[in-house]
Amino acid sequence: MARSMAELIAAEEAAATPEVTVISRRPSAWRALLRSPLAALGLAMVAILVLLAIGAPLFTRYDPTSMDLGHRLLSPNLTHLFGTDDGGRDLFSRVLYGARLSLGAAATVIVLASLVGCTIGAVSGYIGGIVDELLMRLTDMFLAFPALVLAMAIAAALGPSLVNAMVAVAVVWWPWYARLMRGQVLIYKNREFVTAARAAGVGGVGIVMRHLVPNCLTPIVVQATLDSGYAILTTASLSFIGVGAQPPTPEWGSMVNVGHTYFLNQWWFSTFPAMAIFIAVMAFNLIGDGLRDVLDPRMGRR
Amino acid sequence: MIFVLFGMTLITFALTHLVPSDPIRLLAGPHADASELATLRHAYGMDRSVPEQYLIYLRNLLHGNLGISLTDRRPVLDDIVQFFPATLELAVCAFILAVGIGVPLGVYAAMGRGRIVDAVIRVTSIAGVSMPIFWLGLVAQFIFFKQLGWLPIGGRLDLIDSPPPTVTGLYLVDAVITGNVALLGDITSHLILPALTLALGSLVLITRMTRGAMLEILAQDYIRTARAKGSGYYRIIFRHALKNAIPPTLTVIGLQFGYLLSGDFLAETIFNWPGIGYYGVNAISNLDFPGIMGVTLVVSTVYVIANLVVDILYVVVDPRVEYS
Repeated sequence: MARSMAELIAAEEAAATPEVTVISRRPSAWRALLRSPLAALGLAMVAILVLLAIGAPLFTRYDPTSMDLGHRLLSPNLTHLFGTDDGGRDLFSRVLYGARLSLGAAATVIVLASLVGCTIGAVSGYIGGIVDELLMRLTDMFLAFPALVLAMAIAAALGPSLVNAMVAVAVVWWPWYARLMRGQVLIYKNREFVTAARAAGVGGVGIVMRHLVPNCLTPIVVQATLDSGYAILTTASLSFIGVGAQPPTPEWGSMVNVGHTYFLNQWWFSTFPAMAIFIAVMAFNLIGDGLRDVLDPRMGRR
Repeated sequence: MIFVLFGMTLITFALTHLVPSDPIRLLAGPHADASELATLRHAYGMDRSVPEQYLIYLRNLLHGNLGISLTDRRPVLDDIVQFFPATLELAVCAFILAVGIGVPLGVYAAMGRGRIVDAVIRVTSIAGVSMPIFWLGLVAQFIFFKQLGWLPIGGRLDLIDSPPPTVTGLYLVDAVITGNVALLGDITSHLILPALTLALGSLVLITRMTRGAMLEILAQDYIRTARAKGSGYYRIIFRHALKNAIPPTLTVIGLQFGYLLSGDFLAETIFNWPGIGYYGVNAISNLDFPGIMGVTLVVSTVYVIANLVVDILYVVVDPRVEYS
């Protein structure tokens, strides 16, 4: 009873403060995003990429990892649209299946980083005091490194694999989300609806989870969208360096890495996976750019 | 600043000690037995408690001792001193290109307003930051080395040339100092592709941000006042607008350091550029932990210092900002 009362108050409070949520209460924001031709193009590209990734087996009859040494390094032709690699594997199906790994890895990185970051940020902002001070100093330490360099060191230390590369990027990125979440929690934690919930007997965990976090999520979601392209680029870069996915895993960065020694004579080997990375990153960045315009109208004039 | 550097040592130390791989086992090789491992562990102080090891690590760092590289069995610091100038030369050239082309291009683009300029700037800047550096490097090699034959594929010098006598380690500077002007052409031709590859992402972003800042300022009232009192067009652009567009542009330029340092690892790998990135990637493939940690620490320290410089410049260019 007490809780539902608190929720009622919270709902009223939320309805009374217009700036509580930016997107969900302004459907026009999404429409504005779609009206921007570039952002709409980005959304369409992402949709197509996701469909291609999910439906990969429908579009190709070749297994992405099975070798066929009699057909090594064939240039693009009608049976092998993107040609074949050094093991005679069909590059078209490798790029298609690679979308699963590369997009999946990026999504996992974002989810991991934002979960860890938001939890730490919320705790830090809500508790405050010495805990806040310590946690924020911890984020300072992480933010002092250039992201890719620290991620490379972590991935190398964990041992080269795609999973470890994803963990490494998440370890490097969580502080950004922690900072963002903490800032949001600080804005809301002294609002009346939180005080009301506390007066109604809701415990600390309940307040953070049920009242603060839901109100703070919008900027997190926006940031996650903006970061998606870089997540693809960073994990692909780690694989290119050799600390991510290992060949013959059909991952884009790793394919470019293996192909780059052949590049001057067998251009297609690296070109198609690299184009895939470029297109996927570009798609997310187009959405991110449109999103930034919608949320910051001042930028829109530029 | 000191605190941040201290924190970084904590993280790099934690990395080598909390990870599953055992550096001593790597060092000893696959055939070492338990007593040999124990001897090595003792020799490297790995049998002491973790806090004790950290203090020893810190003391070593303060003495400039970054450990012994597992790859070439040389002190990591010596390796870094040897490889660092190449990276500095590349990064500084890339930075000069990015700022030297990006800012004027942004100012120029701000003079032309309208939908087409907007769209072109926007799409190229998004494409520029979406392009994987390693791919850009490969394409540059394909076009300018293989197809056109204009520029070398990688390295700092042609094989037949020997480097200029070392003064600073920056070949361009050394060649000039020692009067070895004949080498300049060779050095420059090797620098162009890697530097441009590394610079492009920052260049397009700086162009866009400079233009954005300029447009915002050109819309201010005091610009109208300046125009009303009869100031010339270029005087307004350069004296009134550009001066005020510098602080926001500086923020973006500062943010590009991290991008350049990260991209440096990829560009050096593609172009066989014998710098820190090249050394670091090699250390990574050989699981050479002292090498990896040394490079991480040095590159991050450079990053922290670069950010500090930007903060100081901020105070210089914007009188409203004060030291707190």
